[in-house]
Amino acid sequence: MIPTAFEYERATSLDDAVAKLAAAGGAGKLIAGGHSLVPLMKLRLSEPTVLIDIAHIPDFAGIREVDRKIEIGAGTTHHDVATSPLLRERCPAVADAAAVIGDPQVRNRGTLGGSLAHADPAADYPAVMLAVDADLHIKGSKGWRVVAARDFVQGVFTVDLAPDEVLARVTFAPVRTAAYAKLHQQASRFAIVGVAAALEVRGGLIASARIGLTGAASSPVRLSNVEAALGGQPASSETAAAAARFGGAGIDDLNSDIHASAEYRRAMIPVFTRRALDGALARLAG
Amino acid sequence: MARVSITVNGRKRSAEVETRLLLVHFLREQLNLTGTHVGCDTSQCGACTVLVDGRSAKSCTVFAVQADGAEVTTIEGLADGDRLHPLQEGFWEEHGLQCGYCTPGMIMSAVTLLHDNPAPTEQQIRDGLDGNLCRCTGYQHIVNAIQHAAASGSGR
Repeated sequence: MIPTAFEYERATSLDDAVAKLAAAGGAGKLIAGGHSLVPLMKLRLSEPTVLIDIAHIPDFAGIREVDRKIEIGAGTTHHDVATSPLLRERCPAVADAAAVIGDPQVRNRGTLGGSLAHADPAADYPAVMLAVDADLHIKGSKGWRVVAARDFVQGVFTVDLAPDEVLARVTFAPVRTAAYAKLHQQASRFAIVGVAAALEVRGGLIASARIGLTGAASSPVRLSNVEAALGGQPASSETAAAAARFGGAGIDDLNSDIHASAEYRRAMIPVFTRRALDGALARLAG
Repeated sequence: MARVSITVNGRKRSAEVETRLLLVHFLREQLNLTGTHVGCDTSQCGACTVLVDGRSAKSCTVFAVQADGAEVTTIEGLADGDRLHPLQEGFWEEHGLQCGYCTPGMIMSAVTLLHDNPAPTEQQIRDGLDGNLCRCTGYQHIVNAIQHAAASGSGR
């Protein structure tokens, strides 16, 4: 399979990437790992005339903690997120989600920014980004702006990103009591249902909860009815079981495809919600 | 067209290539390194797996221009002269292949697997091969071959 011909340029900095995108006038596409884009280009579903490689921008990858917030460069590979000692210690759910993306080769090349900007409805990261309430930092011709993860995805493969903008990094307050539970599609490893749960527990009670769902619907969504059912309740497996039953209720755009019917996904959302909640609660002790 | 310079199996190779040329075709058709196979051509089967800067990658999903300046290792680069790499030795000893089509990709994935985890459990080996398919379904012998290599201390 042979993609349409294109010009290839390497960006030397974030500003250079923005300038090159602006110069391409909507016909440019960013490439980092390329593991979502190259397959689309080979199928000619995507035919950019200018490909701007951002994989070699200095400091575009990396994970650090600044002012009690975790900051992950958009160019950080899934492998580096999955194996980050900082994330393992401070916010293991994000590392857990990265560790179950695709397969090892995909994780070696694919990046956090690429996955979020591509917005595949079955991607893993969106669920945990909702659960940790991440902010996405975007640089464009007009400067910087910040978009909350919950506002970023506008639909299938559609995000709040202008043609001259680059997703540069993601920040979030780390949550130790969080977990990600995923029903894999066995061949592609994409999520049929993926649920991330982040809990704030004070004095044995769940003070607040954020639950993100991916794979099941056209866009990642928060399970607000589960969150409401958890609030103020004892941090226990019984609470998790009772609240998880509400998972998926009220969502009317569940996906239905050759991998799973909408009914099956509806049945699996509470199951994986409970597993994510139990996983988060298990981290209370640790 | 673009000029690329890629170090392949320790040797610097420069060429003028079409920007849309995939790394696997650069290796196979321009360098005649046909040990790297094209299986599905859709990023699923892993037959085209090589190392890019030391880590496994599907060379059907990387443009050659993206690898400009990188170090690439293919199956041809593993043996030390006549001495097989421990993973090649393991596949030989444990009969880790039937038709052999997936084998170069399996071995290159296993190089990264053992680099990250020199003593993997059977389940960790199976997880590490998530990105490689064997149509002969000879997985058990492949797992045995990697265990053989791990036991002989393959960390390269």
